[in-house]
Amino acid sequence: MTTIVEKHKKLERNVTLLGVAAFVAVIIGGIVEIAPLFWIDNTIEKVEGMRPYTPLEQAGRDIYIREGCYNCHSQMIRPFRDEVERYGHYSLAAESMYDHPFQWGSKRTGPDLARVGMRYSDEWQVQHLKDPRALVPESIMPGYAHLAEHDLNMGDMTATLRTLYQIGVPYSQDDIAKANDDLKAQADPSADASDLQKRYPKAQVRDFDGDPARLTEMDALVAYLQMLGTLVDVNAPAAQEALAKEKGR
Amino acid sequence: MVSALSRSSLWLLSLLIAVVAYALAVDTGFAIHMFIVAVACIIGLVVTLRGVDLSKAILAPDQGRYDDDPIRWGVIATVFWGMAGFLAGLVIALQLALPVLNLGLEWTAFGRLRPLHTSAVIFAFGGNALIATSFYVVQRTCRARLAFPGLARFVFWGYQLFIVLAATGYLLGITQGKEYAEPEWYVDLWLTVVWVAYLAVFVGTIVKRTEPHIYVANWFYLSFIITVAMLHIVNNLNWPVSFTGSRSYPIFAGVQGALVQWWYGHNAVGFFLTAGFLAMMYYFVPKQAERPVFSYRLSIIHFWALIFLYIWAGPHHLHYTALPDWAQTLGMVFSIMLWMPSWGGMINGLMTLNGAWDKVRTDPIIRMMVMALAFYGMSTFEGPMMSIKSVNSLSHYTDWTIGHVHSGALGWNGMITFASVYYLVPRLWNRSRLYSLRMVNWHFWLATVGIVFYASSMWVAGITQGLMWREYGADGYLVNSFVETVAALKPMYFLRAFGGFLYLTGAVIMTINVWRTILGHLREEAPMADTAFDPEKDRPVVQPAPVHAAPVAA
Repeated sequence: MTTIVEKHKKLERNVTLLGVAAFVAVIIGGIVEIAPLFWIDNTIEKVEGMRPYTPLEQAGRDIYIREGCYNCHSQMIRPFRDEVERYGHYSLAAESMYDHPFQWGSKRTGPDLARVGMRYSDEWQVQHLKDPRALVPESIMPGYAHLAEHDLNMGDMTATLRTLYQIGVPYSQDDIAKANDDLKAQADPSADASDLQKRYPKAQVRDFDGDPARLTEMDALVAYLQMLGTLVDVNAPAAQEALAKEKGR
Repeated sequence: MVSALSRSSLWLLSLLIAVVAYALAVDTGFAIHMFIVAVACIIGLVVTLRGVDLSKAILAPDQGRYDDDPIRWGVIATVFWGMAGFLAGLVIALQLALPVLNLGLEWTAFGRLRPLHTSAVIFAFGGNALIATSFYVVQRTCRARLAFPGLARFVFWGYQLFIVLAATGYLLGITQGKEYAEPEWYVDLWLTVVWVAYLAVFVGTIVKRTEPHIYVANWFYLSFIITVAMLHIVNNLNWPVSFTGSRSYPIFAGVQGALVQWWYGHNAVGFFLTAGFLAMMYYFVPKQAERPVFSYRLSIIHFWALIFLYIWAGPHHLHYTALPDWAQTLGMVFSIMLWMPSWGGMINGLMTLNGAWDKVRTDPIIRMMVMALAFYGMSTFEGPMMSIKSVNSLSHYTDWTIGHVHSGALGWNGMITFASVYYLVPRLWNRSRLYSLRMVNWHFWLATVGIVFYASSMWVAGITQGLMWREYGADGYLVNSFVETVAALKPMYFLRAFGGFLYLTGAVIMTINVWRTILGHLREEAPMADTAFDPEKDRPVVQPAPVHAAPVAA
């Protein structure tokens, strides 16, 4: 023990040595845990059906983040019987592979939303967001009536998609160029959305907020909620095989 | 030498940049932020032009005194932001019990106020306490004045600007959507600049020390500053949508993004709220108790073990998620090991009172320190226990986590900060004692009872929630709908808010006490024990210039 104390005196007399030693001590754990996630293949097993968000869904996601929904809602179903029965199949790594940032959450003051898509009607979602206690009297969720009043303006969607493309989300040049048109087309039942749906399979095209005359923040948020967990058919044989390969689950 | 002219032109240039950025802003939030920056520049300009003579404080100070101005400001800022943060906490606690308090406004909904609360208490209250105490402690333990006095003032004011930008951003909905790392890219960049300046002042002061050894408190402060810099930079690697807009996207997504975030998030606890506050403990507990630190060896072992092990513990926030199992297990194992160095710190603090235990009865500041260490010990036992996967399967996503965090934050961080503030105020403002030691005692009891209400109501809420979610009936179906579990927690949410109210009341008493002490008032009251202080001994060693440059020969 005396030797440790004696040797330590070197560090105690030299702030550079002390600082470098402390930095080395704190950097090891992060490198060992985080770095392998970028090169171990089975961290994220590719599954059929995953695609980047449509501009309208992405705008809805930006609103979800802006309002801090993640403070009370998780998007990560754990592989337990009760959670799978309550919320649906447990979440796969691939399902959040295009999520910048991830929204797994850490608290369930409200229920998990990873597979909330298509579980409720648009009307229910809109009414519930406007006044949660009108539908669920015991709910403690804040009301978001202002979303239906605000026209959707989350900035230039071309710039948004280009930014996401630059950090690795596989949008095509076509997707980026048409982003602002796609934004409007997805919430407009009268528009021709066949091109949109070809580039974004399973994209839901309709008026979401019950007010076809306007494109509101409510349209975008409901479009996002209604697609959550709907892209991957978790019961398809290919998906099951991918799951089996995802080690440790 | 920086002349008033060149300082004014620097302010003008910054003002110009802010105004241009304001004009080009692509969203309202960014415009408002640039407006705030412009106002800050105008204040700086006016202060410079009105000829506030910095030369006395910065350029030709009294070398025989410590540089305490930024510390005095820091203590006031700590008390102010503490009140703001506790009040925000009480408001959001009441919102969960009475949702009507969300007021139906976008700016006051829980989702926007909760980051305001967490950032205000951690970064504004805790951060100011850390910066102020580190500047105080590093000068006393090095027997040297602060290096770069101008930069030290920049650190203080720059940090306040960071707080104002972050807080207003949350209300406006400007957020990255990552817990405890919500500020957007330009605020992150600003904090990085401030933080590098902080490191320079701190290390610079250690370099010019007149004591041969670097005191243990400074090891903790140094590792806190270095590690927080690393965490902050890596977790905020974002790409802005526009360089004149507020929104950006993190370069990491999904699984990798989650682990980077919780590597950051857990070590914000580990280094901001633990290492930094242990540094406060290592200075103020021995000073107030007038006893040496219990064990020098223990401090060496627990320091290195603590900083090495803490970094690994992040994955326990992601148990049973899509994070690979090996990473989860690694995180759990290191979290459990972390129990030992954590208790090393608690033991070293508590045993420092050997021979002075009678002071727990007579000295209310010592009493606060002991309670802080007791809560530190309790929450660093609870944490490793909750990181065990089978425990976590119940506790995760519930209010148990909230209770755990608050027994650490209110009990450990809050109490040790209050004790440090009570130690500092009479010394910094040169008063014979605090306005009232009896009021410290009141603060102690209100805070302690408040924490008991808070932690126990959240334990009950968390375990209730966890058990109700997984409850199956004899028919093999889930018993409870989600909303039934929400309704079941309502009484607990009221009790929690009551605990928070008591804690806030204690802080109000502290604010009055600190205020009256600064004004120089003394409350007439039956005396309580306090530690004597001799201002004449509280001075740096002034060295003649040649010796100063030469290396110290042993």
